[in-house]
Amino acid sequence: MSEKFEPKIVAFFCNWCTYTAADLAGVSRLKYAPNVRVIRVMCSGRVDPQFVLDAFARGADGVLLGGCHPGDCHYAEGNYKTLRRMRMLERMLKAMGIYDGRFRLEWISGAEGDKVRSVVNDMTEKVRALGPLNLPGKFTEWDKEIEELEAHVNGGSKKEATVHAR
Amino acid sequence: MPDKPKVAFYWCASCGGCEEAVVDLAEDILTVVGAVDIVLWPVAMDFKKADIEARPDKSIVAAFINGAVRTSEQEEWVRMLRKKSQVVVSFGACANSGGIPALANQSRKEDILKYVYEDCPGVDNPDKTRPRIKCEDEGHTLTLPELRSMVRSLDQVIDVDYYLPGCPPTPKLIMAAVQALLSGKLPPKGTVLSPDIALCEECKRKDSKPADLALTEFKRPHQIQIDPEKCLLAQGIVCMGPATRGGCEALCPGGNMACTGCFGPTSRVKDQGAKFVSSVFSNIAPKEEKDIDAVLDGIPDPIGTFYRYGLSKCLLRRKLN
Ligand code: SF4
Ligand code: SF4
Repeated sequence: MSEKFEPKIVAFFCNWCTYTAADLAGVSRLKYAPNVRVIRVMCSGRVDPQFVLDAFARGADGVLLGGCHPGDCHYAEGNYKTLRRMRMLERMLKAMGIYDGRFRLEWISGAEGDKVRSVVNDMTEKVRALGPLNLPGKFTEWDKEIEELEAHVNGGSKKEATVHAR
Repeated sequence: MPDKPKVAFYWCASCGGCEEAVVDLAEDILTVVGAVDIVLWPVAMDFKKADIEARPDKSIVAAFINGAVRTSEQEEWVRMLRKKSQVVVSFGACANSGGIPALANQSRKEDILKYVYEDCPGVDNPDKTRPRIKCEDEGHTLTLPELRSMVRSLDQVIDVDYYLPGCPPTPKLIMAAVQALLSGKLPPKGTVLSPDIALCEECKRKDSKPADLALTEFKRPHQIQIDPEKCLLAQGIVCMGPATRGGCEALCPGGNMACTGCFGPTSRVKDQGAKFVSSVFSNIAPKEEKDIDAVLDGIPDPIGTFYRYGLSKCLLRRKLN
């Protein structure tokens, strides 16, 4: 019996709109898929593309970024900065073999608790259909090819863990 | 008189430029050669693997290793040098972060071999012969190193003590590193032997770099007459200065050439390409998706542009396919 794959989705929600909306969804008792791990940031503009790559590298199957609608940013221009960066990041992800659906940017205002529900549910289903990304597993798999030599060179002495400086 | 310290130079997947940089020490090289005993330097001197194998562990004071790690033979050599040396210095962009060879991490090994031995224009190989790791001929077994599925930085294979950045490192930085080693005044392990500041800090064009770039277009260098004084990014040329470590004294921008990122990032950055995207692309001018995309079209190869020297160190490490 194969178990249903449960995607892990890291969600960065901005404090002023999307996180408030998620809070609203909570107090309104709206039920949605439990697959997102929400990280509250002060502004979607705080989310550096490095965070997105890091989330994938640490095992996320999807990354969702939620911010205020254009024009509504608490810091005036933060979400425009987000949009420009993330358009570029999407091109990069595509070039690295991570296609549409695993990364998503959504504008969700503080009043749109219902949108949090529908976006999370929709994304969970889409990522589920894509299957696991499992980058940590892939890293281990890729490194197998270099580990075989180790014993040979170290004269059969105890295997040292391969280091992966970041 | 005590023995002079023993030093080894080795190259992996390298273009030879890092070796050239050592030779570029010019008369300073005599100081180095006079102060140390070189026990291995494949490009210049004839030593065999057995010579190194015969040495006691840790008997080499420092091994300088350049080039990316691409084959089983290179892995074997660097592991052996690690064992025989007290200090390992990762020398140059290829050893530090994969360098130019790491751009191969955008392709699968099979696709690379197929192109090189079958499809490349000019190849005449009707039997589709490929190098074999092992073959028998007249009772002899011949072996070749194995090509790995991806290109790795040196520290993804062995433990590294210091990093000399650059493609290649500048003679000034090399000399400072050698002097530090010889004097025993060593910084903490893991240090990159170059100032921990962004390149823009030491660029002469810095004062003309606006806080908000508000770019409406990216241009390739042949498409415009470059103003020799003004910040290159402000002129719409991709200059990696904001996401690259200084120490080269902004040689390229000084020569009317944009920085391509060979010194790698500063210590606060985990992923050079993503950081560049973060800092520069938030500041382009448009606000609408389609206008933003039109600006981005000016960069047809984002990976080759933002990770020209560092794809092995991208958090994703290679293209997933
Ligand atoms: S770092 Fe640059 S100079 Fe050194 S081997 Fe690599 S490509 Fe050549
Ligand atoms: S972006 Fe390039 S040209 Fe502009 S200040 Fe920085 S290093 Fe110099």
